[in-house]
Amino acid sequence: MKLMTPIKAGLFAASAAAISLASFAQAEEVVVYSARNEQLIKPLFDAYTKQTGVQIKFVTDKEGPLMERLKAEAANTPADMLITVDAGNLWQAANQGLLQPVVSTTLNANIPAHLRDPKNQWFGLSVRARTIFFNSQKLKATDLSSYEDLADPKWKGKLCLRTSKKVYNQSLTAMLIDEHGEAKTEQIIKGWVANLATDVFADDTKMLEAIAAGQCEVGIANTYYYGRLMEKKPTLPISIFWANQNAKGVHVNVSGAGITKYAKNRAGAQKLLEWLSSDKAQNLFTDLDMEYPANPAVKADPKLLAWGPFKQNLINVNKAGELQTAAVKLMDRAGYK
Amino acid sequence: MNTVLANRHALTTYCLSLARFLTGWRLAAFLVSLITLVPLLVVLFSLFSPEPEIWDHLRQYVLPDLLINTFWLALGVALGTGFLGVSLAWLTAVCEFPGRRIFAWALMLPLAIPAYVAAFVNIGLFDFTGPLQTALRLWFGSSAWFPPIRSRGGVILVMTLSLYPYVYLLARNAFMTQGKRSLEVAQSLGLSRLAGFFKVALPMARPWIFSGIMLALMESLADFGTVAVFNYDTFTTAIYKAWFGLFSLSSASQLASILVMLVLLLALGEQSWRGAKRYHATGKSNQSRYTLQPFLGWISCLYAGLILALAFALPVGQLLVWCVEVFAEDFDSRYPMFVLHSVLLSSMAALLVVVAALLLAYALRLYNDWPTRFFGRLSTLGYAIPGSVLAVGVFIPVAWLDNQLIAILKPWLGGGAILRGTLTVMLLAYVARFLAPGFNAIDSAMQRITRSQEEAARGMGLSGWRLFIRVHLPLLRGGIFSAAMLVFVDVMKEMPITLMTRPFGWDTLSVRVFEMTSEGQWERAALPAVALVIAGLIPVILLTRQAEH
Repeated sequence: MKLMTPIKAGLFAASAAAISLASFAQAEEVVVYSARNEQLIKPLFDAYTKQTGVQIKFVTDKEGPLMERLKAEAANTPADMLITVDAGNLWQAANQGLLQPVVSTTLNANIPAHLRDPKNQWFGLSVRARTIFFNSQKLKATDLSSYEDLADPKWKGKLCLRTSKKVYNQSLTAMLIDEHGEAKTEQIIKGWVANLATDVFADDTKMLEAIAAGQCEVGIANTYYYGRLMEKKPTLPISIFWANQNAKGVHVNVSGAGITKYAKNRAGAQKLLEWLSSDKAQNLFTDLDMEYPANPAVKADPKLLAWGPFKQNLINVNKAGELQTAAVKLMDRAGYK
Repeated sequence: MNTVLANRHALTTYCLSLARFLTGWRLAAFLVSLITLVPLLVVLFSLFSPEPEIWDHLRQYVLPDLLINTFWLALGVALGTGFLGVSLAWLTAVCEFPGRRIFAWALMLPLAIPAYVAAFVNIGLFDFTGPLQTALRLWFGSSAWFPPIRSRGGVILVMTLSLYPYVYLLARNAFMTQGKRSLEVAQSLGLSRLAGFFKVALPMARPWIFSGIMLALMESLADFGTVAVFNYDTFTTAIYKAWFGLFSLSSASQLASILVMLVLLLALGEQSWRGAKRYHATGKSNQSRYTLQPFLGWISCLYAGLILALAFALPVGQLLVWCVEVFAEDFDSRYPMFVLHSVLLSSMAALLVVVAALLLAYALRLYNDWPTRFFGRLSTLGYAIPGSVLAVGVFIPVAWLDNQLIAILKPWLGGGAILRGTLTVMLLAYVARFLAPGFNAIDSAMQRITRSQEEAARGMGLSGWRLFIRVHLPLLRGGIFSAAMLVFVDVMKEMPITLMTRPFGWDTLSVRVFEMTSEGQWERAALPAVALVIAGLIPVILLTRQAEH
């Protein structure tokens, strides 16, 4: 430690001097806390910096620790923006008073109402569809209909699922609760559990591979995992099925962002947020991770368009947050591990 | 009036005795233990804000299964690492067999592989969709008889294979320093070689073996990554469920507190069991070994080779294959920086932990009273707390202090963060988390120093610092090396604290691994994982060779 002190003192003095000297010419900077992976977010930031000259400093971590960090730092936080995956997490951040409302006609025009917070504290930036996948050698698309149908005893021993600990399944369950109420949803989840072919999986990709290998015939996953897997192994016999098209539509979730309550560079953060909703950034979102653009004016990547059009469930994704705790408890009661 | 005076007098006496109690080494040790105690207290503080509704739910639907799972995991890992660690340590320290010289250091290599990486590799290879079962189905039409890897046995196996080096390293140190003479004494008293092992060598190495098993246990109790890959729900799962699923950090901390107390009880239990026994060496340690008969020798070679293959060669082999697949796409000019950051942080943390552990162990040697012992034990408990929870425990007080400082210094410094975002916070957090491996290795070595060695030195006029530097330090070399190595490798692999406290731009190899694995892109995590293994291996090899001489 002794050794560190002079070095740090020197650095500190140097950086203090640099700041005071450069404060006039200093480039603008936006600081971001991101729960979205570095490799999926950095290219966007780089593009923004290239276009505007605004520097973006960011750290990545899981949502939980990032939110605790924001809470502990309170008014002194360096962060201007919080980016997370899953609406449930965004709702929590807003609910814990970590974000502030943003009034922006651009954002309101670019992001549909069901993909943003009713109080405008956060905005969905990319859409993640969670739908049904099946082994195309064993099943036909006509065998399938809805998430609810997978609880039917006819699927006994044929269903694969990812763990209930993943927020994607918690959000899906939250949506089911909103639509059907707790009692019926619990019946559905119990039905799923009874139909499982094998223990639940830790990730979507392994689950999709199990469908392909014939360990089970059908399962629920996010489309971009399917996209990534098929890119590597195009011959796997797995097909996509758009669930609940005769009902409310496919369950979608978002990754999104909000401006932190104590942002130092509020205006800069808002500009970045607006840019992220623009067509240039939206195209990058879909190219990088095969997610769907949140901005309906932007066309998805051709690979995604090949999977066909589908009807989204237009219920506000905010519900995923409100009902997440209820969903987690319900899945525990139903024995969904 | 009188009572006031009497009270004041009592207070003064109390303060004086406290001041007298807290002098020198003891004060230093107390300050060291504060680094862990503060975050620990932040976590324990949660016990005052119960959330009955969440607790009811956890108690009813979540905890029963988890406790059973955790119990089996702890038991399995304790027995497994104990057996592998002790048997391999005995073979390489005391016996001579083909390949011994290589195995002596190679058996430590699995330390460099993060357990959750080994977990994923094993699932990738042995699950239904893996190449092995796929091939079996191709040949026999079914692989139904193949034991499922995603099972209790699978988790225990993978965790044992990646944690046994803790026991191996410490037990080997014990067998090496024990001196062959104690065994010869046993034999001269008519004990067979096997009986000598069980009746003399093993009991004499107990503090080391226990320390090793304790480390493996704490690590498996605090583990989240590995059990998550297996979807095997343990106590940690409940902690994360309370935090990330039910959004109650206080319930999560309460669960963590229970875990900590459990480990504390276990540690104190062992201490009272150990009681006043001493574990000094008999005679000088000796490099001559028992040469095993050819048959036994080759069996030993096979056994050590099998463990090494399963625990190291197999996962690294798979990682290398993936690495080749993604290298062109993922390797970029930032990698040297990631390696540099990892190595720099790990070395600094190792150095700090060794100093802190030395202070603590030395204070414990000088003052063997219960408060010192109790605080000594308390300050190693950071290892039993899941990393993310401990990271919060570190971050909250630091941020609080920072906010106070900023408020005071604002007129001069303009209101930027002072402590946060510096390496100091990270390093403090590493000390809080990794004091246990450092302390256990050094404290066990301290047990080997006899009182007579000390008295002889005192007789020659050495005392205080000079006694410590001239006599204790050289005798503690083996323990210090083990401590530094364990901490170095542990910090290389560490994720939650690094993620939460790193300054902007201080990404490390384990941060890269996190970025890739958090979305299930395991193949792409292979590159940083391999780099991590290689960078972690160099000290392993260097230090083992050092320890051999």
